[in-house]
Amino acid sequence: MTTTYEPIVGMECHAELLTESKMFCGCANAFGGAPNTRTCPVCLGLPGSLPTMNRRAVELVLRTALALHCEISLDCLFARKNYFYPDLPKGYQISQYDDPIGKSGYLDITLEDGRRKRIHIRRVHLEEDTGKLIHAGGNESEVDYNRSGVPLMEVVTEFPPDIESADEAKAYLEKLRSILIYLDVSDGKMEEGHLRAEPNLSIRPAGTSGVGVKTEIKNLNSFKSVYKGIEYELVRQSELLNAGEPVRQETLGWNDVSGETYHMRFKEEEQEYRYFPEPDLVPLHFETADIEAARADLPELPDAKRERFASQYGLREYDAGILTASRPLAAYFEEAAAGADPKAIANYVTGDLAKLLNASGQEITETKVTAAHLRELIMLRDGGKITNNSAKAVLAEMFETGEAPAVIVETRGLAAVSDDSAVAAEVDKALAASPEVVAKIKGGNEKSKGFLTGMVMKAMKGQARPDVVNRLIDERLAAL
Amino acid sequence: MELYALTAHELSEKLIRREVSAREVTQSVLGRIASTEERVHAYVTVTESIALAQADAVDAARASGESVSPLAGIPIALKDNLCTTGIETTCSSKILRGFVPPYSATVVEKLEASGSVFIGKANLDEFAMGSSTENSAFGASHNPWDIGTVPGGSSGGSTAAVAAGEAIWAIGSDTGGSIRQPAAFCGVVGLKPTYGRVSRYGLIAFASSLDQIGPVTKDVRDAALLMNLISGHDSRDSTSIVRDVPDYTRALTGGVKGLKLGVPKEYFAQGVSPEVSASVRTAIDTLVSLGAIAEEISLPHSEYALPTYYILAPAEASSNLARYDGVRFGHRTARATNHVDLFEKSREEGFGPEVKQRIMIGTYALSAGYYDAFYLKAQKVRTLIKRDFDLAFEKYDAIIAPTAPTVAFKLGEVSDPLAMKLNDVLTIPANMAGIPAISLPCGFSDGLPIGLQLMAPNFGEETLFQIAYAYEQATRWHLGRAQL
Ligand SMILES: [Zn+2]
Repeated sequence: MTTTYEPIVGMECHAELLTESKMFCGCANAFGGAPNTRTCPVCLGLPGSLPTMNRRAVELVLRTALALHCEISLDCLFARKNYFYPDLPKGYQISQYDDPIGKSGYLDITLEDGRRKRIHIRRVHLEEDTGKLIHAGGNESEVDYNRSGVPLMEVVTEFPPDIESADEAKAYLEKLRSILIYLDVSDGKMEEGHLRAEPNLSIRPAGTSGVGVKTEIKNLNSFKSVYKGIEYELVRQSELLNAGEPVRQETLGWNDVSGETYHMRFKEEEQEYRYFPEPDLVPLHFETADIEAARADLPELPDAKRERFASQYGLREYDAGILTASRPLAAYFEEAAAGADPKAIANYVTGDLAKLLNASGQEITETKVTAAHLRELIMLRDGGKITNNSAKAVLAEMFETGEAPAVIVETRGLAAVSDDSAVAAEVDKALAASPEVVAKIKGGNEKSKGFLTGMVMKAMKGQARPDVVNRLIDERLAAL
Repeated sequence: MELYALTAHELSEKLIRREVSAREVTQSVLGRIASTEERVHAYVTVTESIALAQADAVDAARASGESVSPLAGIPIALKDNLCTTGIETTCSSKILRGFVPPYSATVVEKLEASGSVFIGKANLDEFAMGSSTENSAFGASHNPWDIGTVPGGSSGGSTAAVAAGEAIWAIGSDTGGSIRQPAAFCGVVGLKPTYGRVSRYGLIAFASSLDQIGPVTKDVRDAALLMNLISGHDSRDSTSIVRDVPDYTRALTGGVKGLKLGVPKEYFAQGVSPEVSASVRTAIDTLVSLGAIAEEISLPHSEYALPTYYILAPAEASSNLARYDGVRFGHRTARATNHVDLFEKSREEGFGPEVKQRIMIGTYALSAGYYDAFYLKAQKVRTLIKRDFDLAFEKYDAIIAPTAPTVAFKLGEVSDPLAMKLNDVLTIPANMAGIPAISLPCGFSDGLPIGLQLMAPNFGEETLFQIAYAYEQATRWHLGRAQL
């Protein structure tokens, strides 16, 4: 007999912070460039060098901790995490241990079925990144220390974890990412390793409580791989337990090509970190007033914005969610919606415009369609100046050229025909050409009216307003 | 008297009056090195050409009327755990042999800016771990007062150089007495400043929360002058303190009337030789005769300072020394087959036995399951030691005691590591508390110097200089020069 299991997932996320300089020295915090061009005695760990604190990095972590509803430690220490690896120049990483900047927070996720769930967060802390080991072929390795000392924020979920499926894990990650981007704390790019997620996972018989022996998955570099990694581990651990074999506590790697995890090391092979307070840095102290100022300075976050969009603009929860997924998109919508029908704007932004953006791989910040032009377009349509069909065509051209909608309508001759006599003439032609359809309608088959509407619209090349066509058909039919 | 035997303030006057040139002073010191260094072995590296070039630059600046520091042109020895741009910096360890730093310590920069002449890099116990300078990978230094005895340590090269006239003055570092104990053994003045008074940037770390750079000089006035040059806040060392630097020579008033001195009974207990005890008691009497008030006090947690130090210092050292892995600088094994091998063999080959022992003790003290019993407990005891001093300084301006329990011992005489560590039992408490402490000569036993130690509250360097100077003026110990 096989048991069905469910996963319990803890999440450890690292985000490289958007600061000008590194965590403990003046070297630039940037990406790319030739190896070892952004280094100095401090981030190379040369003898005698000492770290000095990047206050901006501290502010960014404080901001995140507040946005995640954490308690802030007024006094926090940095600690040394000691282990040997060639990419770790000092032989220890400066991190935080006992008193992280933020603790006991949460974030709420919304699942696809609309269900909300609160994910508790244990800690938000600040540390430094390591360099990168480059395998140079054969038995040789090279080390690039450009990344060494880049400020890194760690966000860890509470234990026992609240996340109980791959879907929830993905929703958590997406939510965290959007908050970090909203806060200008991180660019959130997972593929480039600027945001890294390491889920740890154990399983239990579905519907029971408790946690099992957990494994940790590394090298996941996209939302999709996080999702697939968790699904894979759920199956692998379930099969082990169903076969009567134990799950061993271990660190696994993710192979994105084969879609499988592979063994890296067992728990007992891990180095002991021998944490102790970093004597080269004085403790970090926050004044309550500084914390309150940082709190007051927080931008409107995705949840609050979504709720406001739903109530202020009368949008569906789902559309409000899409529109608030990023700050630029939300700002674009709000600019376009000022003075126009917000629902119509929302439909265009999440519908036709989104399709055009997707197809061309552009971001909302890159499009030639300005928010003001989109508003004009909607107003032309809603004022009956152009038909819905024409509006779509005009948008496509705006997307290509960046031209104002009124200009496109003019040059293309797309103005809607609202002259009743021209439409009425076509209606008369259609009635005359289809006596059998007229008979059907007279016999009570209302649906057949659509055939006549279609004929007229076709004859008018789509530039007649459907409401006018339908009204004239009804009038003529009634007069017959 | 030969130029090399003079103090910095005496030479400064001659240089300003253009009676001598910086080149002449430097040549005098280099000549002395040529005749005595073979016996003393104070240096890992003598930087003769750099020294002469610096001296010539100072002479040229003075000749052209440029404004130069009154102390420009004085030859100085730098302990070889201070990073110096372009000059090999070894910490007296094989693991750093060949390491030429691309940057200088803040203290070195300050000295350079004031026209100092760098005569060489002084020997030390490997990574400043030791009390005799016998732990140097490049050979022991010898005490100029008796070549068969040790100069103390770990700044034994710096103190031996000054005592021998192989430098006019020197820079040392003090983690548990490493300036004061060798200063006592070599009959010179040595000051450990308040923690945070002098920047540690560029000082190769032994135990970060205890290390402090300080002066080694022939008399108290020179110590005050050298402190004027090296003190002050440094934005590159976040443990350095923002506080104005006074002109320390203004504390050299000569009077001590009404100053209250605490005499801790624990510092005259078992293990302190009768000769040392007697000399220090006589020194106290001298100060009392000058108007100071001396009373016996108790610092009850002093006896725990040594064991506490031997948890905390190795714990920090085990982490500070992790960077010597053969990857980026220093010794790299030729026998590695993978990166773990590279770490292990480079460290195995590069570190000496004392360093390895302390790394192991420190690693153990920080390990899971032992952290609370060792590291955390030691931190609590450290707080108690500090509180003893705080209470004492509520009533007393300074504390007076011997610097070391004995005078210099013979090379190779102390082979038991624990017995060696007992040398520091009277100096470690000041490091634990972070307070400033000075050692100055107060007598001889069998021809070997005895050191008097004064301790003051945080940033009480001026009090130390005031008392030390008054004592010096009333005695003649500082005028003695080792005969080599
Ligand atoms: Zn750097």
